[in-house]
Amino acid sequence: MFRNRMTTIALATAALLGTVAFVPAQAQGQAQAAIPAPAQTGNKAPDALIKEVSTDVLDSLRADKSIKQGDVNKVIVLVDQKVMPYVDFQRMTSAAVGRYWRQATPEQQKALQEQFKLLLVRTYSGALAQVQDQTVDLKPMRSGPEDKEVVVRTEVKGRGDPIQLDYRLEQTANGWKIYDVNVLGVWLVENYRNSFAQEIGANGVDGLIKKLTERNNRPASAAKS
Amino acid sequence: MKTTRRGRRALSGIAALAATLLFVGCTTIQQARGGPGQKLDPWENWNRKVFAFNEDLDKYVMKPVATAYANVVPQPLRRGVDNFFANAADAWSAVNNVLQGKGQPAFEDVVRFTTNSFFGIAGFFDVASELGIPRHKEDFGQTLGVWGFGAGAYIVWPLLGPSTVRDSIGLPLDISVSPSAVINDGRTQVALTALQLINARANLLGASQVLDDIALDKYTFLRDAYLQRRRSLVFDGEDRSPPDSQQQDDGNPSAPADGASAPADAASSAAPAASSPTPGASAPR
Repeated sequence: MFRNRMTTIALATAALLGTVAFVPAQAQGQAQAAIPAPAQTGNKAPDALIKEVSTDVLDSLRADKSIKQGDVNKVIVLVDQKVMPYVDFQRMTSAAVGRYWRQATPEQQKALQEQFKLLLVRTYSGALAQVQDQTVDLKPMRSGPEDKEVVVRTEVKGRGDPIQLDYRLEQTANGWKIYDVNVLGVWLVENYRNSFAQEIGANGVDGLIKKLTERNNRPASAAKS
Repeated sequence: MKTTRRGRRALSGIAALAATLLFVGCTTIQQARGGPGQKLDPWENWNRKVFAFNEDLDKYVMKPVATAYANVVPQPLRRGVDNFFANAADAWSAVNNVLQGKGQPAFEDVVRFTTNSFFGIAGFFDVASELGIPRHKEDFGQTLGVWGFGAGAYIVWPLLGPSTVRDSIGLPLDISVSPSAVINDGRTQVALTALQLINARANLLGASQVLDDIALDKYTFLRDAYLQRRRSLVFDGEDRSPPDSQQQDDGNPSAPADGASAPADAASSAAPAASSPTPGASAPR
């Protein structure tokens, strides 16, 4: 029974599905150049933005057969194109790394971002492959129009109980950017903070980079069933 | 006869629990200094041992059995099993919603339970969901949280997995109302419990794979996720944790390495929402 509860959390992470993506900031320029449409979404309200991006990703996933077969590279391309323009991945990484971020050299920071992104994208490619008839519903917003940081709350509806999926967004000069994601009550960045601190405490920033790289070089085990 | 036996079993369960808590508390409270997350997990050394045991148990028993089950039993039948146990849980959720003073959710759970019990053939079909009546899952640990009990220290139980002091107090009650505990026939009871466990595990075959990939240290990852999720469940997702915006900038290199979130949280007191603590940092609920 509690076993069940424990693994619910595992399910939660799996449930990120197509609606989330994690992208390094430095690649943003190319992505926006590649796609004409997102340029106009800069001034969109945050909830409208989330709805649009989620729907777009879900539609693309359903349309693509090779993703359904677990093609990791295809998923990375999709994420880069559809979601990257709306994610502040540097902020995500630095928040997960916490107070050690400022001790890291620019090269280390770059490596951390790249490896963290790869870890997340690779992991979710298995889950992304399982997207079927899910839809995304917005829940009412609590923020005022003048807020610079908001939480957009959504529910992914498919089979079974709906999955809570929330986003923290921040208003920037380039429109709203996602900087944390909540699946079934668990904020992702927050959840990595202790793990990262543990590794840095033991082996330093380079130790964490090494660990992430090792993890990413393992053969991908696409979650089937 | 039935009730007394069950009552006695529940009582002895609670007694054993209390004894264990005392024991674990006395022996390990002075251990586990330093290390991130130490405040919320004072018994980490012990917990890690139990966790390793659970992992082995899962690897060699639960997962193979669940995989075989998923291969043999057709999906519609497994759905039915899901629904059956979920229906029983709805009844318990209704009770807990009442205890938490949540009228509308309690009412909807009662409607769900009665609808599915009668029209869904003892809960095998989830007619209520088809009718658009939402589920409001609540257990007794959550009820205690709503009543103001803090989560307390993190505990990993053999077989049952992650918990906290508070959730462990609710645990005997939660278990005693599951269908397998209500039935009084020994053999059926064992079979039902086994079915419940295996079916639940089978549902998560894909998810547990993801977990293996995503976690740097599975113990830490699961612990933090569990604590965050339970806290969110107590507040029904309405809780507003402080945004972590400040934390990347206010890093203090000389800060002691006890719990990455705690010092950062204290330092970000300028943030508007800093009055509500980071989950698990000081007063997880």
